[in-house]
Amino acid sequence: MKPAIGAPIDRVDAQRKVTGTATYAADTPVTRVAHAVIVTSAVGKGSLRALDIDAARGAPGVLAVLAHGNAPRVKADRAGSAPNERVLQLLQDDWIHYADQPIAVVVADTLERAQGAASLIAPRYETAAVVASLEQSLPTAFEPNAMVHGAPDSSRGSFDIGLAAAKHVVDATYETPNENHNPMEPHATIAVWTGSDRLTLYDATQGIFGVRQRIAEVFGIPKEHVRVIDQFVGGGFGCKGTPWSHVALCAMAAKVVNRPVKLAITRQQMFSLVGHRPHTSQHIQLGADPEGKLTAIRHAVISETSSFDEFVEPSAMQTRMLYACPNVITTQRLVRVDAPTPTFMRAPGESSGTFAIESAMDELAYKAGIDPIELRLRNYADRDEQENKVFSSKSLRECYQQAATKFGWNRRTPKPRSMRDGHELVGYGMATATYPASQWPAGARATYRPADGTYLVQAGTQDLGTGTYTIMTQIAADALGVPVERVRFELGDTAFPEAPVSGGSTTASTVGPAVKDACTMLRAKLAALTPADRAAGQPVVAEAKSEVSPERKKFATHAFGADFVEVRIDEELGMIRVARVVAAFAAGKILNPKTANNQYVGGIVWGIGMALEEHTVRDRRTGRVVTRDLADYHVPVHADVPAIDVIQIDEVDTVVNSLGTKGIGEIGITGITAAIANAVFHATGMRVRALPITLDKIA
Amino acid sequence: MNAFSYVRPTSEAEALRALAEPGAVALAGGTTLVDLMRLDVMRPARVVDLGGLPLDRIDAKSGGISIGALASNTAVADHPEIRARFPVLAEAIDAGASGQIRNMASVGGNLLQRTRCSYFRDLASPCNKRSPGAGCAAFDGYTRNHAVVGGSPNCIAVHPSDMCVALLALDAVVRIKSASGERTIPMSELHVVPDRPNVETSLRPGELITAVELRDAPFAKRSRYVKVRDRASFAFALASAAVALDVEGTTINAARVALGGVATKPWREQRVEQALVGKRPTQQMFDAAAKLALADAVPRPDNAFKVALARRVIARALALAGGVS
Repeated sequence: MKPAIGAPIDRVDAQRKVTGTATYAADTPVTRVAHAVIVTSAVGKGSLRALDIDAARGAPGVLAVLAHGNAPRVKADRAGSAPNERVLQLLQDDWIHYADQPIAVVVADTLERAQGAASLIAPRYETAAVVASLEQSLPTAFEPNAMVHGAPDSSRGSFDIGLAAAKHVVDATYETPNENHNPMEPHATIAVWTGSDRLTLYDATQGIFGVRQRIAEVFGIPKEHVRVIDQFVGGGFGCKGTPWSHVALCAMAAKVVNRPVKLAITRQQMFSLVGHRPHTSQHIQLGADPEGKLTAIRHAVISETSSFDEFVEPSAMQTRMLYACPNVITTQRLVRVDAPTPTFMRAPGESSGTFAIESAMDELAYKAGIDPIELRLRNYADRDEQENKVFSSKSLRECYQQAATKFGWNRRTPKPRSMRDGHELVGYGMATATYPASQWPAGARATYRPADGTYLVQAGTQDLGTGTYTIMTQIAADALGVPVERVRFELGDTAFPEAPVSGGSTTASTVGPAVKDACTMLRAKLAALTPADRAAGQPVVAEAKSEVSPERKKFATHAFGADFVEVRIDEELGMIRVARVVAAFAAGKILNPKTANNQYVGGIVWGIGMALEEHTVRDRRTGRVVTRDLADYHVPVHADVPAIDVIQIDEVDTVVNSLGTKGIGEIGITGITAAIANAVFHATGMRVRALPITLDKIA
Repeated sequence: MNAFSYVRPTSEAEALRALAEPGAVALAGGTTLVDLMRLDVMRPARVVDLGGLPLDRIDAKSGGISIGALASNTAVADHPEIRARFPVLAEAIDAGASGQIRNMASVGGNLLQRTRCSYFRDLASPCNKRSPGAGCAAFDGYTRNHAVVGGSPNCIAVHPSDMCVALLALDAVVRIKSASGERTIPMSELHVVPDRPNVETSLRPGELITAVELRDAPFAKRSRYVKVRDRASFAFALASAAVALDVEGTTINAARVALGGVATKPWREQRVEQALVGKRPTQQMFDAAAKLALADAVPRPDNAFKVALARRVIARALALAGGVS
């Protein structure tokens, strides 16, 4: 039998999705469900002087209005929680820390009546002056208390000596703006209490077990009493990585009205209630010898966080290992602004960080008069010099070579503004993509069902639309030695064996080995069955928990890639379009080339948005988001997306995990923004160091 | 959304009676009204659904075309006579919104499209359009998408329609009915600058737009629309231009130039038009004439780029219409 792993099979859930029968959290039919809406603050900082809820409470169909003063007391801070959890705003006090913070929840028998009543709530505020943006408080930058991605600072060699020895120097500051994830499916929760301390949540989340843990903490109940279900997620990208205030508010509302409650947040609320990628300011200094060999690198990152919590956008992490260089300093600092707490957003750190470092490398290539690929090859890192570890595998040379050939990089004339076609300036740009390959422990269960001869495989993981259902089915089928049609994979229920959050491009590498182990164990059990056992016809179950091998810690584990971009810019009108992308990625074993291509291409489309369009703008006086819907917050439309040609480089890695996978969900958005910015420079001679590159910046 | 009453009249007389009621608003395609009601920006007491009225005919005659107020944007843009005789109108509509929205949006509704000013759409921000006298949050706020001309510290909200810019360039006439009879308003007089920002048009209460009339003219056939925006599709104009040229031999006999995306109403540029008349259509001439546009612009810090951009957009549109590109 041909292995299922590596075959480009269609998604096993495709039919359910295209026929509208895939049940997303808010689609779950629940009897007698009431509807809650969140009322948010108009001001960006201050306190509630008064909140008149009487009119809302008296409106038709209203079951309850929760606000500071009458909301049940719960635990909103994150002390004792997992490090990536956030401080929540659960109506426990009258302070306002950011614009559009929850200040009340209205519950009614229908959504329309809840919305109607919500508009009757009349808050009065004590308003304080707002610090709305990073620039306003740069001098107050401070070292973060903790960073989930590692130490905030790194240092090797002597940067000063390296810089002093340099022939060519780049010294520039790059900026990435606040951005919001905006998955197609806004967050939604249905809360059903089945007793005073037993709760079922249908929640749009990337991590059902994280929701279980946090909600149990908030309400002070055993986590085993909370069940979280989420069979389909309409995109996550990080903003569904940890539970936000609305999840607890929904459960609180359900408790107060003593019936199930559904709470779906609005598109406008997606800009304040569920985190964002924080604004970064990144100072980069590169020094190189006459041949372009790097002698010094400094990457100093400042990113915004809220006034009451810390999240670090770890933009400097890749700079610690991306190139061979003896003298490297990186720092991560934070500044506080009156805004919601930021969070993980697709390739947190690497997407914003590769924009800076890979733009700077392009600037160095021009200063040194060296082709951008050649410059990178001269500084090729054969090991992680910061961690002093060899790579478990690295095929970046092949990525450069194959993508450059397919793109036709040799047709590029390096001089800016030297290529044109009619009204259009043509620019070619390239950059390196990279993302760490991680693995976490996870569990899985496999059951043989003799009644119909099928196998049921379950793990408490999530499918964000990435293809988890499909690749786990493939892994299970191969381990069991049966066709994929005989395997059914289930996920999204805390009743299944525990698996971690679907984040950090880890699901294949984390849940995959557990599924493989459980199925391998089940196969062995079945082979050992006696004829009598078989005749009894009982289901056979095997459960596995995968661990990270100690061997793995001896290696640096990263995926790499290379992006090549052609932009075309209308010289008079300034309109920028990405005309062509060729990218190559090497990320270990590819389980399904079709779903993998979706991930890579999807990441590149995100990169086009990040490079040219996405920008959450706050009013500097009030801190309110001005770009509060998808008409004002632009993401690419079909017409913005050109032919994207992705080369999947074969790569064998026997270290990373038992499947050899590195994870592919995020690498696609790294490198690409710099490749576009570098192409814009080549086309126009204008170096835009602050994203997004809109036409007014090259006018 | 507030509670409201809903009626669906089946005759014009019935519709006019319903629209004369206090707090009544007309519902056509719903692409503006329903959106704004969902945001509580508009809270009408009474919604008069015009969908039952037979006002969607497009009547092409010799001398002109009459477009019923309920004809969909798609129907207008796809109409072969409109594409042949008034190409700028088809181009402008095709440059707006998305296919799905154009299928729903009506011509009459698009004439009354409300601004996309994000402060207007956010109830927590003061807005003179929403509540007269409240102040304008936009003027000292984030103004990248706002008007550089036709505004005042009371309001700098851009009129967002593409279609209206083309209709202005084509000297279209709007046909209106009310209980007291019928009248017409030239496009140039339909929209008003925001002296009182809550008053956006010269329509009187209770009036119903029934049709838009286009008259054939030598310049109408040689007309083009150019729109510049932040992405390739489904975005409002940063600057757009509808131009029409009557060229006889090597001389421009007549010209029409209107701008979108830069003004509080569809904006006619008569200085540019006058500079073109009697001249030879060359790129140099077009560039020079275009530079006369927006001489009275009062840009804000975030939108100053629009002035030069709009001039380049005019020059490009003229080049396309004049066949010199």
